[in-house]
Amino acid sequence: MSNTTLRSPNPWRASSKPQARKLGQLKKHESRWAFLFISPFFLMFLVFGLAPVLFSTYIAFFSWDPLGDTKFIGIDNFTYLVNDSRFWQATGNTFSIWAFSTFPQMILALFLASVLRNPKLRAPIFWRTLLLIPNITSVLAVAIVFGQLFGRDFGMINVVLGFMGFQHIDFVSNPLAGHIAIATMITWRWVGYNALIFLAAMIAIPNELYESAELDGASRWQQFRYVTLPGLRNTITFVIIVGTIGGLQVFAEPLTLSGNFNGGDSRQFSTLTLFLFEQMFVEQKYGYAAAIGIAITFIVLIISLINFLLTRRIASEGSK
Amino acid sequence: MTLQATRAPKLFGSRKSLKKKVSPLSYLLLIFMAFVSIFPFYWMFVVASSGSDEISKIPPSIVPGPRFLKVMADVYAAVPFNQALINTLIVGVSVAVAQVFFCGLAGFAFAKLNFKGRRVLILVIIGTMMLPSQLGIIPMFILMGNLGWIDTLYALIVPALITAFGVFWMRQIIDSQVPNELLEAASLDGAGVLRTFTRIVFPVIRSSALVLGLFSFLGSWNDFLWPLLVLQTPANFTVQVAINQLKGSYTLDYALNMGGAFMATAPLLLLFIFVGKRLVGGVMDGAVKG
Repeated sequence: MSNTTLRSPNPWRASSKPQARKLGQLKKHESRWAFLFISPFFLMFLVFGLAPVLFSTYIAFFSWDPLGDTKFIGIDNFTYLVNDSRFWQATGNTFSIWAFSTFPQMILALFLASVLRNPKLRAPIFWRTLLLIPNITSVLAVAIVFGQLFGRDFGMINVVLGFMGFQHIDFVSNPLAGHIAIATMITWRWVGYNALIFLAAMIAIPNELYESAELDGASRWQQFRYVTLPGLRNTITFVIIVGTIGGLQVFAEPLTLSGNFNGGDSRQFSTLTLFLFEQMFVEQKYGYAAAIGIAITFIVLIISLINFLLTRRIASEGSK
Repeated sequence: MTLQATRAPKLFGSRKSLKKKVSPLSYLLLIFMAFVSIFPFYWMFVVASSGSDEISKIPPSIVPGPRFLKVMADVYAAVPFNQALINTLIVGVSVAVAQVFFCGLAGFAFAKLNFKGRRVLILVIIGTMMLPSQLGIIPMFILMGNLGWIDTLYALIVPALITAFGVFWMRQIIDSQVPNELLEAASLDGAGVLRTFTRIVFPVIRSSALVLGLFSFLGSWNDFLWPLLVLQTPANFTVQVAINQLKGSYTLDYALNMGGAFMATAPLLLLFIFVGKRLVGGVMDGAVKG
């Protein structure tokens, strides 16, 4: 991986053996082959990645009707966006769902990973495999089954609440309850997957660190706090950033629960992505929808940055 | 295979000095999580086989009823489910095979070949993963229209033939699993670059490549947003779009919808029985090195 590799006469590694001269034929064309191998990605990215992004930025400055009427309107889409209460409501809903799904999920996944980490655990592969099952289900199927489970009158969750003497909760008309319901679907689908990622990172932490911590008389919690957590710093950042990108794209669950692209009667489930599709396909405002897409991208970038800085700080405090 | 055998013990962790017993509470948590993981699948089947009336009473029936075949027939009457299965398989298999091949070649180049800009370009590839897909979705839709791919499976297959994630994944796998000595030996034998990849590299990474293929297949099977946008006639629907079609405009027939959801999920559950362990290994492998 180092620079010496690149200059080495031997294409495969830095140390050049005498036989390296014989590699002539392979080496001569090596970079040509390499460019040939990586070109499909860049070609495809150019057509289906970069070009659409650039074009999206372009049409965000237009009033763009798919049936033909296009007019340059400068930054009007963006000024309209920041003054559009529907946009802020969608942002609020998205963040509410994101928070309810991310934080409990991280804690539960870390907890599960620590349990699975125990070398004395019986049938470890069995438990790991079971935890991954929800992840193979489609978001739509999850939304359908949980939509029924969260049903107001006959949903299993409300039936159980009723047996325990509580009132039924309307997970559709009550925004907060609905956000928690959607967050539950997301958590159900991802918590096992993330537990496995944390588990892999935990196993990679050298045992000596735990041993010396134990010699220093660290409790199990202290070991977790001062050895495990800093060791997982990058992994946690990674998981949260990936989860955030996914979280900002949430739309199948709210669409199924509300049954409408507007996200329900009081737009209580209108997420950013759902709002984008509403503008694109229901209202046919491509320019405005493109502006929403750009706003989503900015939010992703800002959150990724905050995540990155925050986990850095927490971890560096932990390692003091 | 031998590589895996030597790696396996590490995956279990071997902390001899810490003689922690597994508390019953840990097992209780795992059993609870296992129940939570399985229950929704079971519930899909219960509702689908009981009919909506049975479900709309208190307490609801919690054991399967006798009507699953009837619900299946209803699903078949409402949407061309077999056609949707075939479409989904066409898309899933094409995407999986293409990703293993193209991402494998690109990953090989990034892991083992020397060329100018190697380090910058892999960073570019990682950077592209940060872009949310919504950003380009409108131009993509327009582009599909211009290509004449709206309402065709091309719209689902072609943009997914090669992904940044796949390239990065294959790079990590080839970097960690293919020893340089093996490649040196190959080149001493006079094998060219392409031959080295197909005859030497690929057999070593076959098992991990399969995991990438499986994840691509699952991803394309479960993809909902993009197919929903580009597919229009029922004959071209994928499974997800087809079962979405079961939602009525005014009322939701739970038995019908859960039947559809179950039928869309059962093949994956069946597949999971055979490949679940591999997928777990794949998730964990990707995590350590990523």
